[in-house]
Amino acid sequence: MAYSEKVIDHYENPRNVGAFAKDDPTVATGMVGAPACGDVMKLQIKVNDQGIIEDAKFKTYGCGSAIASSSLVTEWVKGKSLDEAALIKNTDIAQELALPPVKIHCSILAEDAIKAAIADYKQRHGG
Amino acid sequence: MKLPIYLDYAATTPVDPRVAEKMMQYLTMDGEFGNPASRSHRFGWQAEEAVEVARSQIADLVNADPREIVFTSGATESNNLAIKGAAQFYHKKGKHLITAKTEHKAVLDTMRSLEREGYEVTYLEVEANGLVDLAKLQAAMRPDTVVVSLMMVNNEIGVVQDIAAIGEMCRANGTIFHVDSAQAAGKVDIDLQALKVDLMSFSAHKIYGPKGIGALYVRRKPRIRLEAQTHGGGHERGMRSGTLPTHQIVGMGEAFRIAKLEMAEENQRFAVLRQRLWDGIKDIEQVYLNGDASHRVAGITNISFNYVEGESLIMALKDIAVSSGSACTSASLEPSYVLRALGLTDELAHSSIRFSIGRFTTEEQIDHTIKIVHEAIAKLREMSPLWDMYKDGIDLNSVAWVAH
Repeated sequence: MAYSEKVIDHYENPRNVGAFAKDDPTVATGMVGAPACGDVMKLQIKVNDQGIIEDAKFKTYGCGSAIASSSLVTEWVKGKSLDEAALIKNTDIAQELALPPVKIHCSILAEDAIKAAIADYKQRHGG
Repeated sequence: MKLPIYLDYAATTPVDPRVAEKMMQYLTMDGEFGNPASRSHRFGWQAEEAVEVARSQIADLVNADPREIVFTSGATESNNLAIKGAAQFYHKKGKHLITAKTEHKAVLDTMRSLEREGYEVTYLEVEANGLVDLAKLQAAMRPDTVVVSLMMVNNEIGVVQDIAAIGEMCRANGTIFHVDSAQAAGKVDIDLQALKVDLMSFSAHKIYGPKGIGALYVRRKPRIRLEAQTHGGGHERGMRSGTLPTHQIVGMGEAFRIAKLEMAEENQRFAVLRQRLWDGIKDIEQVYLNGDASHRVAGITNISFNYVEGESLIMALKDIAVSSGSACTSASLEPSYVLRALGLTDELAHSSIRFSIGRFTTEEQIDHTIKIVHEAIAKLREMSPLWDMYKDGIDLNSVAWVAH
């Protein structure tokens, strides 16, 4: 399959790979997907007192498009409030990375990962 | 070293320069371009002679009579002609067929088509090593079993079935035995005088011949008859009409001739290269060799790398031309049905790579491949949440995944 230049760039130089300390109260985690489907994304966000996402990290098991989608959203969520981050749509991700139709599910997964991380944060902070 | 390194010889092989050279003599006005079916002039006679030489060369590799070789467009057509042709011709004997779940789609889909015509098909499970359990095959055989179709060498994992024993069982049951040998010819010894095989499919492009040409062996003693699937001028004794492509056939003949000469030496060389590859990879944590370790061809090695995903692995291995055990690169996103049939989990099937070595593979290429594989696995596991979980001792089966 031919990948777009942006997918290849994110795949070869993934941004923000890694994990935050699990016990850090400012950190929230969203993990979506399933190994049997060939994609698992773990997105972690670090949220400051003002409710702004200061930092984000990811680890992804999946195809190049899945890795690129998660790498991209770590860049996009940084500096956004939780509500702003929640507005990121899979179509924006798919468009930015020029994903082919067969890889749209990767962008959906990335959107789900953001939503899952935000939900985790709100749950931990009684939001 | 020239990159990328081609390690996908099981998908197709480059045409051997000696084969290409030969083929070029059968195309232009200066060459033997005639229609082998033309009986009225020397253009036709000479083309026919070239076809008959090639037919003998193909028969020679597998110890058959040249009159038992029918040219087709490739192994897919041979499989279709063999299975449908025999099932339809002998439908009065019965309408039950047997094959295995790990067969090529050209066999499985042909079986499906016969099911729509009212035939009944048993799809045998294979053992974890990829081999058919002969007792299970015996149990599946019935008086009305008209055709058994099993491949000699599996295209994804390279295991070799016990064709001799299965042939005896089929003969004893009065069942026609078809063998897909697309991946076997020129890789393992095939003696059709000894094997009780009635029909055998061959391809040229898996053994350094051109694409678009193949053959079907149709036994003469005892004589096997087929219902033709392609009708027309009655070429190939009525079994497969269509003008014979002389240059393709000559290429296939030359490829089979070379294979007979060089197979023994080549297999020794491949075995050394395969061992070198496996020795270089096997010490990586959570790596598994798929398929039986001894009943296999030297050219195909299928390896699962746990906790990395196959398609991203192929991307990371961009300097090596390999294929994913999974069909992820196609539109289906399904893990390989062959590996699933061995009992691999979906995720392990998703994380599998087939390395297939061939005539032009060098030691230097294998060493470079080993280096790239190490780097790719390290990079992807660094990125893999599943690897972290494994390292933390979490059983992935205990996690409530949100399937999508």
